[in-house]
Amino acid sequence: MAMEFTDQNFETEVLKSEKPVLVDFWAAWCGPCQIMGPIVEELAEEVKEKFKVGKLNVDENRETAGKYGVMSIPTLIIFKGGKDVKQLVGVQSKETLKSELEKN
Amino acid sequence: MDSYNLVIIGAGPAGLAASIYASRYKVAHIVIGKEPGGQANEAHQIENWPGTLSISGYDLLKKMREHAEKLGGKIQMDSVSNISKAGDEFQITTHTGHCQAKYIILAFGMEYRKLEIPGEAEFKGKGISYCPTCDAAFFKDKTVAVVGGGNSAGSAALLLTEYASHVFIIYRGEKLKVDPITLEKLEKSEKIEIIFQTNVKEILGGKSVEQIKLDKLFGGSDALDVQGVFIEIGSEPGVELVKQLGVETDEQGFIKVNSDQSTSIPGVLAAGDATNGSNKMRQILTAAAEGAVAASSVYKKLQTG
Repeated sequence: MAMEFTDQNFETEVLKSEKPVLVDFWAAWCGPCQIMGPIVEELAEEVKEKFKVGKLNVDENRETAGKYGVMSIPTLIIFKGGKDVKQLVGVQSKETLKSELEKN
Repeated sequence: MDSYNLVIIGAGPAGLAASIYASRYKVAHIVIGKEPGGQANEAHQIENWPGTLSISGYDLLKKMREHAEKLGGKIQMDSVSNISKAGDEFQITTHTGHCQAKYIILAFGMEYRKLEIPGEAEFKGKGISYCPTCDAAFFKDKTVAVVGGGNSAGSAALLLTEYASHVFIIYRGEKLKVDPITLEKLEKSEKIEIIFQTNVKEILGGKSVEQIKLDKLFGGSDALDVQGVFIEIGSEPGVELVKQLGVETDEQGFIKVNSDQSTSIPGVLAAGDATNGSNKMRQILTAAAEGAVAASSVYKKLQTG
């Protein structure tokens, strides 16, 4: 299952994670984000051995969303070794996300 | 390789309605779409879908998707990269595989038109937005610009007044092309300021959008400080597959359809916003209707062989 990231656990779960992490920045008011949700869930299950995949609700966790300059959702950011290495804006297919995780 | 009587390309209102009708006609089919629901997911409130006073685009399309799936329609989230004809069948190549079909319904809708100016691509997601319902909330107490003068620009501006401190509408024309009901609301809002007969030339900023340059002076300057730019200058039909198939279009790129939704290529039908049908009204209602007609035509063609 995709993890829930928050302002509180972001440092431990994302920035200090040993595995690369994909974070889906979303909110309940955004239609395309609702499309992204199940895709991210499936992806989390499929790549769980190599990558950590989770969601961050921008409405409830404004500090983190603001820190990474998220101004459009869905935004998906890949973090590696505490750094944001890739940012994708808009609905993405599972295959695109998989290949971006492998590349970065 | 999977083989179907019908492959529907696009999973918005036209494609989903086509699937619902195809299931009821027991036509073996699949729907392939990049984003289930399509552009309609982004509609704030839909207030002209008969039988439902007001519903968000996402909720309405979710119901359509569930309806299509309940009747047995298979919906695959994928993008089609190529279609070719081999004998009587079409070969369809997607991002993840191949399938073949006797009939195709093109229901892929429209793509957002871009301004194609410096800074637009660079600041996408950093102040530039094409989805007001997704992103309006990020602009609380900020100054934003909506570019465009049609209904989508009008609704975007109204939604933005709920968050932003000031909303400019920048339009190249001299009169907004919005529904009377929207115009009335725009005129009432104290936060909205309309700049007519003006184009945006460039978008500037650091980490995010800070300023736009106009092609004529406004308040003595060609620079306007804004933190967000919502681009609402309409959409145009997707062209890639149309070119590959050689389907005839009108001068604006809309697929020419007959009253049974057939196109200039035998076996290829089209429905929804990408066609020149329904007097180009481009509504969820008309897209769904065209999808239904297209599925019915495929059924009739299969019956008569």
